[in-house]
Amino acid sequence: MDIKVLGPGCAKCNKTAKLIQEVIEETGADATVEKVTDMMQIASYGVFGTPSVIIDNDVKCTGKVPKKDDIKAWLNK
Amino acid sequence: MESKSTTNIFQKETWTNLGLSAIIPICAIGVYLWWLIYHSLPALSAWATYSVLPLQKGSHLGASIEFFLYDTPKVMMLLFLVVFGVGIIRSYFTPEKTRAFLSGKSEFAGNVLAALLGIVTPFCSCSAVPLFIGFVTAGVPLGVTFSFLIAAPMVNEIALGLLYGLLGWKVAAIYLGTGLFIAIFAGWVIGRLKLENHIEDWVTQTNVSAVTMEEEKLTFNDRIVYGWDAVKEIIGRVWIYVILGIAVGAGIHGFVPEGVMASIMGKGSWWSVPLSVVIGVPMYSNAAGIIPVVEALLGKGAALGTVLAFMMSVIALSLPELVILRKVLKPRLIATFVGVVACGILFVGYLFNMII
Repeated sequence: MDIKVLGPGCAKCNKTAKLIQEVIEETGADATVEKVTDMMQIASYGVFGTPSVIIDNDVKCTGKVPKKDDIKAWLNK
Repeated sequence: MESKSTTNIFQKETWTNLGLSAIIPICAIGVYLWWLIYHSLPALSAWATYSVLPLQKGSHLGASIEFFLYDTPKVMMLLFLVVFGVGIIRSYFTPEKTRAFLSGKSEFAGNVLAALLGIVTPFCSCSAVPLFIGFVTAGVPLGVTFSFLIAAPMVNEIALGLLYGLLGWKVAAIYLGTGLFIAIFAGWVIGRLKLENHIEDWVTQTNVSAVTMEEEKLTFNDRIVYGWDAVKEIIGRVWIYVILGIAVGAGIHGFVPEGVMASIMGKGSWWSVPLSVVIGVPMYSNAAGIIPVVEALLGKGAALGTVLAFMMSVIALSLPELVILRKVLKPRLIATFVGVVACGILFVGYLFNMII
């Protein structure tokens, strides 16, 4: 699973990436997290809220730090 | 998880299981308690300053400490109420909905709507760039986009709530009205100037894949949780600025003699308004920190227009935001943006010094 966290490096974006990393470690899910900080790339996903979470090219959440339970649900699919 | 450290009643599960019949009395009791504490703050702070601490009534230090002990809980309580309320309102708006609503709107009506939506749409200045691109590529006119980008930081719920609590509804209304005016006016001017070719080229070349996210269905209880999350997030972020701001305000209140500000920031000196703007633009603080200072300055004879101009330039134009926007705007458009907004602020400053 290919997870991308879009955000220019603000506090919320880092928190989101950290949370996802934690969930991956806890559940042992087969996934990688990548932070995307480049504005051009962020824009090309068509989202405006940051942080946004993209999993396998699907926008899962935008403009807020997701809850841990939500992340678990995404990873289980 | 952050939420575990707070009381259990604010857990999402607890709230979603409650019926409306249970929520209304809980809120009513909460508001009553809030009101009770709020109205005993003057007596409590005086008691703490002069009875608990060995301070003399009428001394400089006493006046400062009393101001600090009174304002800190007062501001925090107001912030709590306002951020919670606005949080609930904001749960009805998203940037996506705002964009869909604004795209293709005519110029003047679009500017007015954008400025109004700028107040209630959840927005963080760190996402100004993706938002800008999202708006422009979706056919929201450039000037209308700017009205939104100016109103969003300038007219914010924290400032409105604090001004209302500390300086009364008239000042709050003046701030709301003039803030909207500047956002509408500046956006309209930028639109008229036809500066679309001063957007960085890559923005318009970006191939934006239209992402449609399914909209979350929220119950009213979910919105209460949303409001509570906003309280945790915003107060957690700004409390330090509030305390610093009040400390500076307390210092001014206790130690600066009456009337000194009248000569520097009073009505008599024509140069005080532009000077406030020049000092205010590079400064970066948020509304929560600047308003206690504003309150203290007004108390010492500074003119309302001058202080308003100072406050607006601090919160509406900031160096970090300009650096972020530079990624999508060419220098001339940035300069125009700063120039037009600064002119609007100058106008507001002079206007209020003249009529009040």
